Amino acid sequence: MKLKVLSLFAALVLVAGCESTSPTAGGAGAGAGGPRPGSQEDLVVNVGDRIFFDYDRSVVRPDQRPTLERQAAWLKQHTGVALMVEGHADERGTREYNLALGQRRANAVRNFLVANGIAPARLQTISYGKDRPACTESNEGCWSQNRRGVSVVR
Amino acid sequence: MPDLPLIDPRAARPIVFWDALDRLADARRQAAEAEALSRRALLRGGSAAIAAGITAAALPGLAYAQAPAAPAAGAPATPGQPTVIDITRARVDPIPIAIPEFIGVNPAGERFGRDIAGVISANLQRSGLFRPIDRSAFIQRPADAVTAPRFADWRVINSQALVTGRVEAQGDGRLRVEFRLWDVLPEQQIEGTAFTSTQQNWRRIAHIISDRIYERLLGEKGYFDTRIVYIAESGPRDRRVKRLAIMDQDSENHRFLTDGSWLTLTPRFHPSTNIITFMSFFQNRPRVYLFNIDSGSQQVLGDFPGMTFAPRFSPDGGSVVMSVTAGDGSNIVQLDLRGRSVRRLTSSGAIDTSPCFSPDGSQITFNSDRGGNQQLYVMDSGGGGVRRISYGEGRYATPVWSPRGDLIAFTRFGGGRFAIGVMQPDGTGERLLSEGFAVEGPTFAPNGRVLAFFRESPAGARGSGYSARLASVDITGFNERALPTPLDASDPAWSPLIP
Repeated sequence: MKLKVLSLFAALVLVAGCESTSPTAGGAGAGAGGPRPGSQEDLVVNVGDRIFFDYDRSVVRPDQRPTLERQAAWLKQHTGVALMVEGHADERGTREYNLALGQRRANAVRNFLVANGIAPARLQTISYGKDRPACTESNEGCWSQNRRGVSVVR
Repeated sequence: MPDLPLIDPRAARPIVFWDALDRLADARRQAAEAEALSRRALLRGGSAAIAAGITAAALPGLAYAQAPAAPAAGAPATPGQPTVIDITRARVDPIPIAIPEFIGVNPAGERFGRDIAGVISANLQRSGLFRPIDRSAFIQRPADAVTAPRFADWRVINSQALVTGRVEAQGDGRLRVEFRLWDVLPEQQIEGTAFTSTQQNWRRIAHIISDRIYERLLGEKGYFDTRIVYIAESGPRDRRVKRLAIMDQDSENHRFLTDGSWLTLTPRFHPSTNIITFMSFFQNRPRVYLFNIDSGSQQVLGDFPGMTFAPRFSPDGGSVVMSVTAGDGSNIVQLDLRGRSVRRLTSSGAIDTSPCFSPDGSQITFNSDRGGNQQLYVMDSGGGGVRRISYGEGRYATPVWSPRGDLIAFTRFGGGRFAIGVMQPDGTGERLLSEGFAVEGPTFAPNGRVLAFFRESPAGARGSGYSARLASVDITGFNERALPTPLDASDPAWSPLIP
């Protein structure tokens, strides 16, 4: 249940991000004093909880590396935090293949964080394939947001 | 409608499940023996069980029929048998058939008679190979035709075949349904059978009669006494609720099998029991499960550290082939259902998935990106002799082998479009049957003549306008139809003929 609330929060932040390009737009959920350090809100607002991939690829793009580097630094700061790394695909692929592709993307995020000094035991992975889109429209704008790896505080 | 809760598979005692599997296998064997017995009994004019709770008996020919009654279904063709219509011709020129309401021996029987004739008519019409004649054109009254068809009256309305029947709702709650199929031109009975069962089974009797008509007139087995398991979808797209659901092939007797607490995907039927294999995200551990339709019990299949997915039963029902993630790829493994031994069939490092056996069990077709992008491959059932079979434009996925062995159906995509197609197992003769923004996941009806799949429409602003629905199409691409479901639907799997 806690996870559901958190992912709903993440979705709200993402929607807010869609509509205004300012990542600092506080609003939803960020109460007085800002998010609790080491929480999912903290990760979403101050670090970035997700990276994006090219179509049918699972290589971490150079422009996405800074997000993962920030995540690694954040994890070093909050040593008690463990993550579930979710891999996702867009709708332009078949269900079963996309489950495997999502796993590759989750692995890519995990491997990056491990290479940056995070203990593998803190990082679990799961793939949802194309079945949990973050953005629900059938266009490249949405697809590029759905080809993603999302870090979720467990 | 009560929803069955998802049971923690670790709480379920495995032995219970396997006992159920054994019992079902025994029941299937007994049904097969009973069917063989029934055929012999029918030929002798006796009666016997033909399906769970349904018995059949041959009806003697009527005195006024010009020719002796043809033997029951399954008997070899003899002179005096109807001319079997070539399916290719029936596609172009559907067989005109008259299906009057079955006559009620009593008032309750009358209602069943009307409903049974309605189901038969709808089944045959939907196949695209028959054209039920409008009842307002009938000259002879059904009550008279059932005892003595006046063939001239049926010829003049261009009816090639005539179906008549009588229904008696018996005092003990049982239903007796007499059915006769007549060849109008040579003026003879093709088949006459009486079915007895409980009243609740009236739809199955109608489907079995539909299959008999299809088989006697087209020379191939029908597919009406079957079910479809699929994933029912509801809710917004980013938080979709997905539940296992099952219905008859004509969308009737619909029920949900899981309550939607966890994401469920890709159900597939066991070849001879009421067991399904599917994938569930139960407790956020995506794994392949078995599900017993009768008891609702379910159980995780195997013990793997990573995700298991894309399951399918072997044709003998004794094992499941599926994918297991390994590193950045996935391997195809075969898991024996009793000993639970695991055999790895591929280990390419690539994504190897969507395995499906040939009907004789000797080969497996699957999907792999080992060559750079998704293509179809065939290998020997032991994992050797891998060869690529798809060479057209775009990517190919979800291969399924026809129960007849002659075709492999697939999903193809590229250039922003998806298509459902078929090719021969050696990769030649590729044909596309249906196209769209998104179509996926073909599944064959047990006679290999019809495919079901699902079609999604593109989503507009905030996901509006999105839908996922089931459809069926003939293997020639003819007669595409919607398969109605109460909610949105995906991942259909057609059952074998119901044992």
